[in-house]
Amino acid sequence: MAETLILNATAMQRALTRIAHEIAERDEAGSEVVLVGIQRGGVPLAQRLSTLLSGIWGQPIPTGQLDVSMHRDDLDQRVAPDMQPTVIPFDVTGKTVVLVDDVLYSGRTIRAAMDALNDFGRPRRIQLAVLIDRGHRELPVKADFVGKNVPTAHTESVHVRLSELGGLDEVVLEKK
Amino acid sequence: MSWNRKDLLDIESLTAEEILTVLDTARAFKAVGERAIKKVPALRGKTVVNLFIEPSTRTRISFELSEQRLSADIINFTAEASSLKKGETLKDTARNLEALNADFIVIRHSASGAPHFLARVLNASVINAGDGAHEHPTQALLDMFTIREKKGRIEGLKVTILGDILYSRVARSDIWALTKLGAHVTLCGPSTLVPGVFAQMGCRVTYHVDEAIGDADIINLLRIQHERQRKTMFPGLGEYTSLFGLNKSRLARAKPDALIMHPGPVNRGVEIDSEIADCDRSLILQQVTNGLAVRMAVLFLVNGGKGPQEVAPA
Repeated sequence: MAETLILNATAMQRALTRIAHEIAERDEAGSEVVLVGIQRGGVPLAQRLSTLLSGIWGQPIPTGQLDVSMHRDDLDQRVAPDMQPTVIPFDVTGKTVVLVDDVLYSGRTIRAAMDALNDFGRPRRIQLAVLIDRGHRELPVKADFVGKNVPTAHTESVHVRLSELGGLDEVVLEKK
Repeated sequence: MSWNRKDLLDIESLTAEEILTVLDTARAFKAVGERAIKKVPALRGKTVVNLFIEPSTRTRISFELSEQRLSADIINFTAEASSLKKGETLKDTARNLEALNADFIVIRHSASGAPHFLARVLNASVINAGDGAHEHPTQALLDMFTIREKKGRIEGLKVTILGDILYSRVARSDIWALTKLGAHVTLCGPSTLVPGVFAQMGCRVTYHVDEAIGDADIINLLRIQHERQRKTMFPGLGEYTSLFGLNKSRLARAKPDALIMHPGPVNRGVEIDSEIADCDRSLILQQVTNGLAVRMAVLFLVNGGKGPQEVAPA
């Protein structure tokens, strides 16, 4: 069970800062950008991006959190997932929604997230920001903003550890 | 997270952790009910049979709406219109329903143990919606959800169940759930309806209503179930009301933050005064709302509980 460090705390911070600037560049301040973190890792990352982005634009960025469990496509093939709160304290209709997740893998979570988001309104557009893209897509999903691309094997796992969830800020690749 | 069961048959066989898993899951489903779009696709393409062999209105409606909010397809089956009237056995009825590829059977039956029997002979998930005087697990789960929501905890609370305990499946399920979660349970009612044997379930039994409600955090009232009583168990409803009915003056002797619950249907003027039923300490309608969230959670969990037991990557 060897672990390789992919990002340390400084590199993670740098990646998030770059993503924030890319969002600011792509979506002008007036385009009503809101951030929605996907439970669980995406939620603290969305909070951090929100802070960075509000520093750049000089205005608060509305930020929500989304649990996609009820929209998963594998519910009858697994133990029922542990559910975290969904809190979208704003209307998404007409907004540019940036979904935020820690790791992009099969793309199925993002499909579920887009479905779940639909129940809250009709966004003007949906974009995707991820800290790590590890490849192996099973659906036609592509991230708009990527912290780091990491080539992986199916047998490996990527762990994003965040101080908000207990522990140090780091990303490691575990070989099994 | 720990739910590996394909059925929900009773509270007695659940662990405290499993009960808490249902309550935590129900919290997410309660939020769904508060949105403009109150529906999620979690059970899309699944078929649920509501097999209500004993009449029921509120539980059946609550289950039906929960199933619809999970996007399931629904077949309703009631005793009056069923082939059971024509002599078909319960087992044959159930096998016929399974031949339609039903994924879930929600059963209400006057015979204790009917859901357990079905769960043994069918591959479909079976959910007990009340079996005789045995158990009514989803009612107990929604009661626990409501108590935890209002009081922030269940452990250490004093909960009094007042009324017809003997014939009440709600009481049995509540007693199991409350004691497993660490609450102190007091039972009170006419001695003919509250046998001392309930002390074996870890309850305090008293026949004096002031003693029962004096230190209670929660007062859960039960209806007198005329339909289940084979003979008269007490002189009359008037006497029951004067000895055990919850009214303003009795409630004044309870703790000021004691809350009132009732599984319904409420017999106003019998076990509870109208003004108490409608006061801001009454949780009766919140129990109804929470029933939807809890039943959605149960359907969601048993659906996951019958697949291969591996946890998918997050």
